[in-house]
Amino acid sequence: MNSLDFLSKNLQNFWEFTGFANATPEHFVMLAVGLLFITLAIKKNFEPLLLVPIGFGILVGNIPFKLDAGLEVGIYEEGSVLNILYDGVSAGWYPPLIFLGIGAMTDFTALIANPKLMLIGAAAQFGIFGAYIVAMFLGFAPDQAGAIAIIGGADGPTAIFLSSKLAPNLMGAIAVSAYSYMALVPLIQPPIMRLLTTKKERVIKMKPARAVSQNEKIMFPIVGLILTCFVVPTALPLLGMLFFGNLLRESGVTTRLAKTASNALNDIIVMLLGLTVGASTQASEFLTWDTLKIFFLGAMAFIIASCSGVLFVKLFNLFLPKGKKINPLIGNAGVSAVPMSARISNNIGLEYDSSNYLLMHAMGPNVAGVIGSAVAAGALLGFLG
Amino acid sequence: MNKKILTLLLLITLGGATIFAQGRKGICINEVMVENDSNYVDDYGMRHAWIELFNSTYGTVQISTMYLTDDKSKAKEEYYTIPRADVNTKIPPRQHVVFWADGEPNKGTFHLSFKLKPGKTNTIYLIDSDGLTLIDSVAVPATLKAGQTYARKEDGVKAKGWEVRDGSNEKYITPSSNNVILDKNEKIEGFRDNDTTGGFMTVMAMLVVFSSLLLLCLSFYLIGQLHAGRARKKKAVATGKEVAPSAASLDSGEEIAAICMALHEHLNMHDKEDFVLTINKVKRTYSPWSSKIYSLRETPKR
Repeated sequence: MNSLDFLSKNLQNFWEFTGFANATPEHFVMLAVGLLFITLAIKKNFEPLLLVPIGFGILVGNIPFKLDAGLEVGIYEEGSVLNILYDGVSAGWYPPLIFLGIGAMTDFTALIANPKLMLIGAAAQFGIFGAYIVAMFLGFAPDQAGAIAIIGGADGPTAIFLSSKLAPNLMGAIAVSAYSYMALVPLIQPPIMRLLTTKKERVIKMKPARAVSQNEKIMFPIVGLILTCFVVPTALPLLGMLFFGNLLRESGVTTRLAKTASNALNDIIVMLLGLTVGASTQASEFLTWDTLKIFFLGAMAFIIASCSGVLFVKLFNLFLPKGKKINPLIGNAGVSAVPMSARISNNIGLEYDSSNYLLMHAMGPNVAGVIGSAVAAGALLGFLG
Repeated sequence: MNKKILTLLLLITLGGATIFAQGRKGICINEVMVENDSNYVDDYGMRHAWIELFNSTYGTVQISTMYLTDDKSKAKEEYYTIPRADVNTKIPPRQHVVFWADGEPNKGTFHLSFKLKPGKTNTIYLIDSDGLTLIDSVAVPATLKAGQTYARKEDGVKAKGWEVRDGSNEKYITPSSNNVILDKNEKIEGFRDNDTTGGFMTVMAMLVVFSSLLLLCLSFYLIGQLHAGRARKKKAVATGKEVAPSAASLDSGEEIAAICMALHEHLNMHDKEDFVLTINKVKRTYSPWSSKIYSLRETPKR
């Protein structure tokens, strides 16, 4: 073999390994989706902490390469770096660590001061089961329907946790759908809230919450863990870590641990989770009719969840005495997208009465939604797992 | 300090002991063949009686140093000790291993030092590594014929009991495999057949969600009441007067914030002073650890 032949043969071999030689139209579609996510995050400020890692992950996961070359670069190739990082998603241990961070960041005061707000967090979980019914109607198997329906809980880690157990093949689409709709909460919820409430209801002023003692704050994670996990032990990985994080925060003697859980550890896991979930959306796995159905069901689940939260407050108000009525604008916060949906309640409330600050009241159902969606995930896992 | 270390050691020991015990307690005798005339052959191509163990837990369990025997009255040294340092003695979750009761322990880890006796009742004991704790035992009936096994009706489920299997339909012999073949998820099949609309799931799961949060709600309502009661008592002791329930309720965050703001306004009636910076000299005690000289590196020689 002369040197020219050797050179051309090797260059041809190299060309076969490049992205240009292996690209398909599906790859470009997915790259465009990744770029859209990054643009939405940077230009529109839609949940940038989630959409930037996921968007970039989509780019990483859709760089074309020779699949049969055994290069150990793809996320689904055992031994590759991405595959090792993806273990946190596929084995489901990233979501509980995120819950540890959420617990360490969350102040449950609003909920402890007004425990009846917990029921709004429960009512909003109707979104999950509304989507479950439609998913069954669309022909999904019960376990797949359960995994898809959890999108209605508006909680990314919970959706990933449950789908990794019930329908691992749909996890990429479910995770991307859940996070996309969470980013779109400011667009989805306000019209629903306006549609379902009257002007009079929107200006209801709620009494300021009572002060909560330190002892109550310490008791909350302990009592919360015991009560909820006795009912649904299947939610233990999520609720255990959530309440543990909260105890670190409220105990007053583990400030360092709480800081690490809520800052460094949480940030690391969010980065890895976002990147690997994004990278798991390889065109060949992601661009299917099922993905489209999942996105449709996700949107529906969010809408039903928001509606059921608002309508439940209206129903609840029928039984509450005058002066103790709840502003139905905080009903949407029952979906657990924390703190975005609580902020929306506050902003809409201020639109109709500039002195009516609903943020702290909305935080009650909002954090109850986190617990509620984890319990719903535990229930689905218990019934179908 | 010593107390702390002691407590920590105690907790670690307790934790370790519990994990150890929990794992090994999940190992059970699952299927036994006393007379093997046409069944499973060992790695030497020979047919012997066999005993199948099953790991009923969802974690890997190391069974080395445990004992197997057919006579508990013997001294511990005469039991068959499952050897150490064999990777195959780690049983993965919900998996099986088969031991050959051929009386030839020199053939390898899974060849026992005793034989089973056809036509007699064979009682097999699985004992923990302390030589005392009985993990599982089974009395194989003397009526068991050649080619038949005595197997658990359901893998690892002690409550379901045992049955004789002859290899016919539904009574198949399954060395190193599940006694009940799991080819579908019954829960999912149940929902697929009986809940096609998803209505039952919705009702049941929402009931679970509501009951969990309702429990939490009621608990914290009660805890709040208790705290308010205690605060009222404290206030009554401090002031010497009875305090009405409404008056004793804890002050809201907003009220506290308003009071703090008013006090701040009242006590800090400055105009320019707030903007004056005060620069304090910082004194540091000298220590070689903080010395700049020691932290400098030598200039590299050229």
